[in-house]
Amino acid sequence: MNVSDFIDGITAGNRRVLAKAISLVENEHPLAKEILRGVYGRTGRAQIIGITGFPGTGKSTIVSKLVEEFRKREKSVGVVAVDPSSPFTGGALLGDRVRLEGADVSKDLWIDAKVFFRSMGSRGRVGGIAKKTGEVVKLLDAGGYEVIFVETVGAGQSEVGIMEIADTIVVVLMPETGDDIQVNKAGILEIGDIFVINKSDLEGAENVERWLKYMLSLDETIQSADKEVAKWQKRVIRTVATKGIGIKELADAICEHFEFLKLNGILKAKRAEKAKLMAIELAIEDIKAEILKRYGNLLEENASDPYAVAEKIVKELIKP
Amino acid sequence: MGELTEKIREKRKEWEKECLEPWLSKTEKESRKFETLSGIELKEVYDPSDIAHLDFLGDLGYPGEFPFTRGIYPTMYRGRLWTMRLFSGFGTAEDTNKRWKMLLEEGETGLSTAFDFPTLMGLDSDDPLAEGEVGKCGVAVDTLRDFEILFDGIPLDKISTSFTINPPAGIILAMYTAIGDLQGVPRDMLRGTIQNDMLKEFHAQNTIVLPPEASIKLVTDIFEWGIKNVPKFNLISISGYHIREAGSTAVQELAFTIADGMAYVESAIERGIDIDRLAPQLSFFFNSHNDFFEEIAKFRAARRMWAKIMKDYGAKDPRSWWMKFHVQTAGCTLTAQQPLNNIVRVSLQALAAVLGGCQSLHTNSFDEAWALPSEEAVRVALRTQQIIAYESGVTNVVDPLGGSYYVEWLTDKIEKLAWKYIERIREMGNGSMLRGVLKGIENGFFVREISEASAKYQRDFEEGKRIVVGVNRFRINEKLGIPILKIDPEVERRQIERLKKVKAERDSKAVKENLEWLKSSAENGENLMPAIFEAVKSYATIGEIMGTLKQVYGTYRKPIII
Amino acid sequence: MDKIRVLIAKIGLDGHDRGAKVIARFLRDAGFEVIYTGIHRTPQEVARAVIDEDVDVLGISILSGAHNTIVPRVLDYIRQYGGNPQDLVVLVGGTIPAEDIAKLREIGVDEVFIPGTPISEIIRFIKEKVAEKRGKL
Repeated sequence: MNVSDFIDGITAGNRRVLAKAISLVENEHPLAKEILRGVYGRTGRAQIIGITGFPGTGKSTIVSKLVEEFRKREKSVGVVAVDPSSPFTGGALLGDRVRLEGADVSKDLWIDAKVFFRSMGSRGRVGGIAKKTGEVVKLLDAGGYEVIFVETVGAGQSEVGIMEIADTIVVVLMPETGDDIQVNKAGILEIGDIFVINKSDLEGAENVERWLKYMLSLDETIQSADKEVAKWQKRVIRTVATKGIGIKELADAICEHFEFLKLNGILKAKRAEKAKLMAIELAIEDIKAEILKRYGNLLEENASDPYAVAEKIVKELIKP
Repeated sequence: MGELTEKIREKRKEWEKECLEPWLSKTEKESRKFETLSGIELKEVYDPSDIAHLDFLGDLGYPGEFPFTRGIYPTMYRGRLWTMRLFSGFGTAEDTNKRWKMLLEEGETGLSTAFDFPTLMGLDSDDPLAEGEVGKCGVAVDTLRDFEILFDGIPLDKISTSFTINPPAGIILAMYTAIGDLQGVPRDMLRGTIQNDMLKEFHAQNTIVLPPEASIKLVTDIFEWGIKNVPKFNLISISGYHIREAGSTAVQELAFTIADGMAYVESAIERGIDIDRLAPQLSFFFNSHNDFFEEIAKFRAARRMWAKIMKDYGAKDPRSWWMKFHVQTAGCTLTAQQPLNNIVRVSLQALAAVLGGCQSLHTNSFDEAWALPSEEAVRVALRTQQIIAYESGVTNVVDPLGGSYYVEWLTDKIEKLAWKYIERIREMGNGSMLRGVLKGIENGFFVREISEASAKYQRDFEEGKRIVVGVNRFRINEKLGIPILKIDPEVERRQIERLKKVKAERDSKAVKENLEWLKSSAENGENLMPAIFEAVKSYATIGEIMGTLKQVYGTYRKPIII
Repeated sequence: MDKIRVLIAKIGLDGHDRGAKVIARFLRDAGFEVIYTGIHRTPQEVARAVIDEDVDVLGISILSGAHNTIVPRVLDYIRQYGGNPQDLVVLVGGTIPAEDIAKLREIGVDEVFIPGTPISEIIRFIKEKVAEKRGKL
């Protein structure tokens, strides 16, 4: 298959072609960039939702239930689930697909033509997503999936990587995991648009909620100085995902957040910002490759003065 | 005693220093680590000082007396041999009926039913999910009609029958009772066992239909109904077998099985069932694996623990303290390579079960790593038990290994390690074993523990630390495969035809009414067994009955933990 | 070399997952990306996962004796979804009679592993076979 076969296949909704293209992107195949470039014009239609949170909070179950809910709303849904790759072997167990269950047996999400689920190994990148997750999401977007979930590794560190990709970020918490400590973890409050307290039938759910709301109110006071930007009221939603409780409300909140972003022009601004960063990123990548190619010897020979080498390279490469 | 122990301890130190040390080479000293299959570290030799903390009368006693370490009956196999019960079933009810009659003629003393997967999962033979599986791994049963054929010419007052089945266990018990009624056998003469152990399905075997709470409710319903209706029938076989097959250690097998047993007893007590009425109808089921002494110690520890537990729960009748158990040799130890070697493995495992004091025994056939057993293979399996029983002389004395320093030490050690697990589970349930076990199912505790043990076992095998004869050592070039039992491909079609015929001939109004009754019983939290019994008698199918329960309770998929 | 992606599938009603889980774990440790389907999947579901996840290897574990029905069915669905089973390394493990091994090979199964096969052998086979099939593409 050549580049145009890929582009045509993806935009025509051929899932096998889409799946192959994702592999090319993940493996940083030379064709990948061409394909992405070719479908870029078709992207930007989907709402991209990041689901992040601590291990064991039930992220995968929430994603599965949300897929079901958005299918009821007749949306086509893409899911990218990221699991950690071993830093030693590079191997990964990608286990989240198993939770993709429809409550109604007749509506089997595994074979639903409007659901595309893809598992990714983090392949060495930290921050909760893989290096290529953003580009894989672009392919799904181009493939016509209207709602795309990105489930992060969820190792419990601040998973800021998801901010580069998602329009809406859902942070999943649960009782028992050490209430306030969990909420206090750096980054959690800042990155979330919607907070879910899953397994809220367990003891301690109220405590987490109270504490979370208190922390959010503090956060708001600090930020209220900035009156220029329309302010999204961060939501706290209780769920019991295994029983489907609270999922509808969560889906509503996700939709409302998207409307909010669109209405206030924030979405446009955010995406413009992301496109800018992406352009820089892409340029840097090419430049880096070019530097290695052209100056490989120089770099090795002049290890004693990296400053001088850098100056020389920049002068030669970026001429006014 | 104290003085003597001291003397022995001193002597031991001396022996270690003066006799053992010089004997060992330098490399041996560094690399020597001997352990049981389950990883319990072992010394060179055991002596009275290793078991000095044990009290003969309190911890061992005599057979037939508390705490039953040495056996539940005073005379054990001198009085009556264990029941030789070979798990069998395949194809249609006719095929299995024929195999059973052959086994009975050959000297088998109890029946044990293997069902196919659709039956085990509560699906009818014509269910789309059953395609390709009908009659494959066991006999296909859809309605009472199949049971009529299965037990044709088999008098239920003379033979006991065991049924390895779980989510639809109540349906099978109802069918058996109905057959007994048809044969005119008094209800209190019906003997046998339904496995009916749902908890271990969540830990290991994965034959799961309903969620955990609903499953426990149904098990408890069966207790309540069975005590009144079939008072000689074992209403549950609390099973460690599958936990072990899933890769657990011997200690985990023992601990999780006993924990499950405690959970069932607590559930029954909560229901208001008299523990002394329930206890004689409880039975257990263990695995007999490769490590000969570890297995024997496990069986002995199990009996002692259960006696203490039942006493603590307030059971008054000494018979309530008995742990009766069935043993099956470990299927996972059978090799496809050099299959005749399996006969030796099975013999050793069976001997361990007998020396451990089992009440009934299944011996695996040597060809089971390839397929369901052939007639020849199953005959050898039965003969293995008969040779142990009639030729080896091991049945002449009760608990012949009792008093062995090693076996007593190991029995005690395994018991202690198992108690640790049980305490952990009890803590998870804030003092309740029932809640603790449910909690451990929900948070993946059991599955995780078993998975870790299983991975360790595999790693040892891969690294050659665990030797499997004919597989990673002593291999030969061999042509793979042996003559095997073939399941007639027509079985599925014939079974579906029969099902259609039954459905066409039965009183469909009665079926509908009984299923509605079952549904309302489930919705109102009533005992489900009366409605199940009537539904079975009106030829409602297993799929219809389980389907009705699924409507009310929902289904369950367990989280994956690798 | 590109990362090798493997789908380990349990199809049908058989719930014995010890082998599948142990394999999944050891293949991960060998550096593969492994997707495990969980038990009780249908041929259709597994075929769909093969396509969407674009795996190099499909490993099916069956102990129920239903392999002669299930395996061809999975391969058919893969074709139906636009895939080609020949591009994949298809492995079957479990209780499979010797004469069925030949039959499974005929319909496109690359190898059948009998109980007791060391996982190191399976890993070696996968590496060789994936390289061979990728070379042909």
